[in-house]
Amino acid sequence: MSERMKVDARGAFCPGPLMELIAALKLIEVGDEVELLSTDEGTAKDVPVWCDKVGHELVSSENSDDHWSLIIRKSK
Amino acid sequence: MTTNILIVGGGLSGTIIANGLCRRLGKQLRRGEVAITMIGTSDTHMYQPGLLYVPFGKFRESELFRDQRKVLDRRVPYFVDPATKIDAESKSVTTQSGKVLKYDYLVIATGSRIVPQSIPGMAEGAHWFYDLDGARKMRDALDAFEGGKIVVNVNAPHKCPVAPLEITFMLYDYLTERGLMDKTEITYTYPIGRLHALEPVAQWAQPEMDRVGIKYETFFNTKEVHPEDKTIESEEGVTLPYDMLVTIPPHMGAEVITDSDLGAGGWVPTDKTKLTREGSTDIFVCGDTTNIPISKAGSTAHFEADVVVENLTSLITEDRWAKDYDGKVFCFIETGMNNGTYVWFNYATPPNPGPPTQMIHWFKLAYNRLYWLSAKGLL
Ligand SMILES: Cc1cc2nc3c(=O)[nH]c(=O)nc-3n(C[C@H](O)[C@H](O)[C@H](O)COP(=O)(O)OP(=O)(O)OC[C@H]3O[C@@H](n4cnc5c(N)ncnc54)[C@H](O)[C@@H]3O)c2cc1C
Repeated sequence: MSERMKVDARGAFCPGPLMELIAALKLIEVGDEVELLSTDEGTAKDVPVWCDKVGHELVSSENSDDHWSLIIRKSK
Repeated sequence: MTTNILIVGGGLSGTIIANGLCRRLGKQLRRGEVAITMIGTSDTHMYQPGLLYVPFGKFRESELFRDQRKVLDRRVPYFVDPATKIDAESKSVTTQSGKVLKYDYLVIATGSRIVPQSIPGMAEGAHWFYDLDGARKMRDALDAFEGGKIVVNVNAPHKCPVAPLEITFMLYDYLTERGLMDKTEITYTYPIGRLHALEPVAQWAQPEMDRVGIKYETFFNTKEVHPEDKTIESEEGVTLPYDMLVTIPPHMGAEVITDSDLGAGGWVPTDKTKLTREGSTDIFVCGDTTNIPISKAGSTAHFEADVVVENLTSLITEDRWAKDYDGKVFCFIETGMNNGTYVWFNYATPPNPGPPTQMIHWFKLAYNRLYWLSAKGLL
């Protein structure tokens, strides 16, 4: 079973959700996941672009009323 | 019955908290109802922002340090005896010398540290200014530098979000002054898709770099440094050659945090308004070592420390919480050797920096001196 780490970056302007995600991925094993919560509109675009560049898997991206929830699997 | 407050870490936030508590709890300290103890790693207290100037020979090393016991209120006994284990269950901290210190309230203020060794080749191939030894070596390398490719490489996570931009523009000014800029190419790399975490700062920095001809590479997360062929390679698949590599290495929290199983990477899961360790009401966490997703900076540490002082005082004297932390961060930004600007924000208000002015630059230089007043709790 893969583990999932939750990173609540809602209301975070600096260093911001993507940087929090990058830092969190350093702390988990390949195959494990990060659930990233963000209120920043840019995150929903930036995170998939970055995952694609690096080769991590974007498992899901959901938009609820006031925030985005993205699940990323560390792939390398 | 004495209420024992133990502060682990004698850096900026630990010191502000200790001194603030002494002012608020003078009567209780005198009557022996409260005792405050601090443990740290060194007899001296270092003014970290001063490290930024060391590579350029613009800050005397002796000015970086003060005697920690002189910065600290004399009512707080200070022991150079680092914590090796924090046990929240038994409410005790074990130290390097083998002592076991019991507490009623614990303040964890152990900061963050650079871990260049976590990236292959980085410790051997790169320069940095985030500790004194590194800043000295970078000063020597800059002295000997005669032109070539400089890469300023930023890694996540790191403290002081503005230092990478500051060092880049200061390098540009320094090399221009030495007449070396026409033989030099500076490339700045950043982990995310813009030049700075703060969007308005990134928007300001990009045209500024374009104007002076500083190159940049975004979405650059360091995979490996190859000192033998002087290249740096990113996870994203880009390789850059360098003659001099200046890095902001990735950071972790203190070893005692991971050794005590208090948080992955040394970052303690912390309630973002109460500043208590998640799941504890007797452990406060302050400064760089929290896992709160905001800037790891001196101003964050300062504003958080003020909240911890108020709440600890109220809990001890009135058994109630006094104040929430609102996420406030304030940063001066050096935008060259003679210019500066500032930015502030909190959990609810986005940042919006003004244009750089000479005046703000002088204010930052003054702040460099005012730090000690702030640590003493006088600001
Ligand atoms: C080059 C540079 C430039 C900077 N510029 C700025 C700036 O312009 N503006 C700004 O706001 N911030 C700046 N900062 C950041 C700022 O210095 C830190 O964010 C701030 O010091 C954090 O305070 P702290 O109390 O959390 O940690 P620190 O001040 O780092 O204190 C942590 C203390 O804990 C001690 N410790 C660690 N482990 C143990 C242990 N096991 N037992 C006991 N003690 C322990 C350490 O020795 C240290 O004294 C800069 C930092 C650097 C390196």
